[in-house]
Amino acid sequence: MDSLALAIGVPLIAALAAAAFPARAQALGLAGALATTVASLQVTALVWQQGSLRSEPGGWGAPLGLALQADGLSAALIAMTALVALATAIYASGYFRPGNRPREFWPLWLLLWTALNGTFLAADLFNLYVNMELLGLAAAALGALGGQPAAVAASLRYLLIGLLGSMTYLLGVALVYTAYGTLDMDLVAAALRPGPVAGTAMVLMTGGLALKAALFPLHFWLPPAHANATAPVSAALSALVVKAAFYLVLRLWLDVFTPLVTPAAAHLIGLLGAAAVVWGSWRALRAERLKLLAAYSTVAQIGYLCLFFPLLQATPPGTAREDLLAALVLMALTHGFAKSGLFLAAGLVQQSAGHDRIKELGGTAQHLPATTFSIALAGTALIGLPPSGSFIGKWLLMTSAVQTGQWWWIAAVMTGTLLAAAYVFRVLGQAFNLEPTPRRFLTQGRTELPALLLALTSVAVLGLAARPLWQLLQPGGAA
Amino acid sequence: MTAQFLFGGAGLVLFALGIWSFLVHEPLLRKLIALNIMGSGVFHLLIATAERGDLPPDPVPHALVLTGIVVAVSATALALALGRRLEEEDPDG
Repeated sequence: MDSLALAIGVPLIAALAAAAFPARAQALGLAGALATTVASLQVTALVWQQGSLRSEPGGWGAPLGLALQADGLSAALIAMTALVALATAIYASGYFRPGNRPREFWPLWLLLWTALNGTFLAADLFNLYVNMELLGLAAAALGALGGQPAAVAASLRYLLIGLLGSMTYLLGVALVYTAYGTLDMDLVAAALRPGPVAGTAMVLMTGGLALKAALFPLHFWLPPAHANATAPVSAALSALVVKAAFYLVLRLWLDVFTPLVTPAAAHLIGLLGAAAVVWGSWRALRAERLKLLAAYSTVAQIGYLCLFFPLLQATPPGTAREDLLAALVLMALTHGFAKSGLFLAAGLVQQSAGHDRIKELGGTAQHLPATTFSIALAGTALIGLPPSGSFIGKWLLMTSAVQTGQWWWIAAVMTGTLLAAAYVFRVLGQAFNLEPTPRRFLTQGRTELPALLLALTSVAVLGLAARPLWQLLQPGGAA
Repeated sequence: MTAQFLFGGAGLVLFALGIWSFLVHEPLLRKLIALNIMGSGVFHLLIATAERGDLPPDPVPHALVLTGIVVAVSATALALALGRRLEEEDPDG
């Protein structure tokens, strides 16, 4: 069987099964999550062995058919998606109380996963559009699942903004097809010549995707949508869905519109990224609610990823550039694990206290030692303290900024790191000396363990064992 | 050729009108109609590209437009459902 098609087909079939048998939705959903994880990790393993995969379902080749392809970048993101989504699914099976709509959760959850894998594997600009739309629809429906008016309103706004972004992206796709007569990414990249049509298409597609990736100043929709959703959904929205849009921007800039990436264009993205780092971190520091803090921190973390664009543009192909790209992926993965862990932990705190106002969380945080530990670990990764993966990422980012003579980005990284330390310790400061320390570390294993494992991965696994990622991103495969 | 430019140009004008209307109008229905007009603009442009003179028209853009219409209908339906839910919660807002 075609492993690439399986990574999309398995969650899709599981989603349909969970929708068809609502009484068994949870069991089917968990089984589907496990099967999807296996299918996804198989793709990663094959890319590890062979370097890159490409398949043409139905035997219809490009330019007419829709091809699927995977390289190191997509394999790394697919593996991250699988682990985060599996942990979140286990968490969700213990988090939802009866009457809290778990039945609708499972089909939508697996559909979201289908769209994520589809986005990472698509080799065709229009197929990407369809997957992004599927992702947007599933994400908006999941966000509204809690049912509170604030969540529904935020999800509706998220849906409309997402549609605006996709329509803009689609106009870019139409222009590309008008000019080059193909939508396959490799064929477009080979045919692309700098000119007004290609430039307009790049601006439209990047603009539409920047809206979906919440790149400053287009981030305004993100905090309410992510902070008002239920905890497992917030985790997926912040850790995975935003990454999918960012992945596309990266893919387009690195592989498709390469001749059009000028220093000025890359610097513009870098400047927006720097503004996002400072503004997002500042708003996170000022946030009154824990989930709002986590949401603003996502805005800042997307900013860090954008800082890599001007550096990648200025670095000639070679080891230095490969290191930089690997550092970018490492930061994206670290944020994925850390932020999902943080949102899951925040959900437990909220459930236990009935609210998530940071100032009043003291006693609650101390009652849940494992959850507070998860928040601390995730915070370590968000600040970028060693040994977390983002420490290595930031280190390489700053080294490269010095080497390419773009030292001003270091100021943004330093400011963001200081602010992140401040907002993380502001939360952790609530957890000490308020109540007698409970004897039990874990109070609710099924929900606390996934959050803890995700946060631990971001710090220990990605920080201490980052080497395989470098090998995975090698063009020829690692083995 | 002129017809193709007219058709494609009309598509771009529709897209611009839609984006303007989406950004300036507050009510949900107007925003949704604006989004659909933007979509129609893109579809116009795609259909104009399908024209190939004496050859039969290129089928790929037609397939893209059909897919795009399906996506637009589903998205509009979900947005309307969410909007109705909000109105039921708060009939005055």
